[in-house]
Amino acid sequence: MITRDDVLHIANLAKIQLSDEEVEKFKDEFQSILDYFDILDEVEEEIEPTFTVIQLRNVFREDAPGECLSREEAMMNAKHVENGYFKGPKVVE
Amino acid sequence: MDDVIIGLEVHVQLNRLKTKLFCSCPINYHDSEPNTHVCPVCLGMPGAMPVINKEAVKAAIKIALALNAEVQPFTVFDRKNYFYPDLPKGFQISQYDRPLALGGYVTIETEDGEKKIALKRIHMEEDPGKLSYKGSITLAKYSLIDYNRSGVPLLEIVTEPVMSSPKEARLFLNKLRIILEYLEVFDGNLEGAMRVDANISLKGGGRVEIKNISSFKGVERALSYEITRQRNLLRRGRVVLRETRHFDEVNNITVSLRSKEEEQDYRYFPEPDLVPIHTSELVDEVKDLLPEMPEEKRQRFIQQYEIGDNFAKVLVLDPKMADYFEEVALQLDAKLAASWIVDVLRGELNYRGWDFRVGWEKLRPEEMIRLLKYFVEEKITEKGVVEVIRTKLDEGGDIDAIIQSKGLFAIPKTEIERLCREAIEKNPKAVEDYKAGKKQAANYLVGYVMKVTRGRADPAETAKIIREMLSN
Repeated sequence: MITRDDVLHIANLAKIQLSDEEVEKFKDEFQSILDYFDILDEVEEEIEPTFTVIQLRNVFREDAPGECLSREEAMMNAKHVENGYFKGPKVVE
Repeated sequence: MDDVIIGLEVHVQLNRLKTKLFCSCPINYHDSEPNTHVCPVCLGMPGAMPVINKEAVKAAIKIALALNAEVQPFTVFDRKNYFYPDLPKGFQISQYDRPLALGGYVTIETEDGEKKIALKRIHMEEDPGKLSYKGSITLAKYSLIDYNRSGVPLLEIVTEPVMSSPKEARLFLNKLRIILEYLEVFDGNLEGAMRVDANISLKGGGRVEIKNISSFKGVERALSYEITRQRNLLRRGRVVLRETRHFDEVNNITVSLRSKEEEQDYRYFPEPDLVPIHTSELVDEVKDLLPEMPEEKRQRFIQQYEIGDNFAKVLVLDPKMADYFEEVALQLDAKLAASWIVDVLRGELNYRGWDFRVGWEKLRPEEMIRLLKYFVEEKITEKGVVEVIRTKLDEGGDIDAIIQSKGLFAIPKTEIERLCREAIEKNPKAVEDYKAGKKQAANYLVGYVMKVTRGRADPAETAKIIREMLSN
């Protein structure tokens, strides 16, 4: 059973805040998703797992340098920049 | 250290490639301004799609084969999800339960003989960007991010927990580096080329992971520190917590990272934007490209050139040094070549902080051959050869011009004989002493000749002439 704590744990990993109503809503939705996956229990065990639905393999690119963005283009939409760097949160206390 | 168990996770940049793992941004970013080697793919912009670099996969397979690992016929990429600003997408494209290769080993030489260090797995992933802080990390209020490194092809090589001392860990890393250099897929001189996470536990204690150590010396020091720290805890009857620690390279200590931050839940799932790789054709292609590895080369040198293992062992430490030796050995006596390269040239290069790639340019093999031929023909003394090598490395120039200008061409025998006579004439006291039985008085006369020739006369030859003259 999906608990309130499971939902809060996942919300924390995704760095989002949920209201009490949302927690309840997701609790039910997570549960129904997991129930849906129970269908897989009906599959015979020797069936190969599907990693992708695209029937392609070995799609490669040659090791040849291409065009990069200019730094101005790269940083155009960033709100927080400094001396050519993106600014981000501090991650070590 | 029977009670110590060490395992390593080594991150190796495939930095001799031209472009990143999933986009065509060049990876020669080391001397560049931040965020100048980036594109929508490695910046994680919406809608950008990764396409894998074929040469990166081949380089990874090459390494796996050289490390005796089993390349898996079928391999898949996964998303490793975590929020950290060095990953612009919010996940890292890595491999999880279908890695490129399993198993393998690296043989190291310990004091107790050879030891095989077993590998667990080898997988491919993208390097994250690089964070820095203005001023000190403790005072800074935010991080500065450079995504030039984001997406550089990275290989993670994971060992089994089978090493039993910090020294073994260093030997393993040294050997691994040599193998990677042989394969021409890796340049260990570039900053950040190899980064290590080390796991260490003592009997009766929890496993501690030390993250992101950037030098081999650092690995040895971090592990030594941990052994002392954990021993002290256990001796006092305290528990060693299972935790992640950070190595402080300045103070040579490890410090605990807050466990809350390290409680990771990566939620791996297959990367939907990349298709699986079937490796069999690539493996066939790569097998033909595998160069001679250090151990094979060492055996061949001993057989083909009849040099001692003491020389062969050292020569194969750097493929460029081995090539240098072969160039010279084809023209001269191989033992002589080995001795000069291992005992002299290697030391002179080390002293200047250079490897043989630099050495090759500073003193080309053909120049070394010319110089050593003069030595074999007794046109220059051993000491003279060393002086030419040093001058050539420091100042460059032509070998013959250096010998000329420093007056290093050996003095002809007739000239030495003349100087010996002069020594005897000018030092009657020494001659008297010698004849009175003080045999060491001859050294004084040899010294005189050495002094006036500024060391260019061969001391053994001079001593022989002096003794002959005095006994007549």
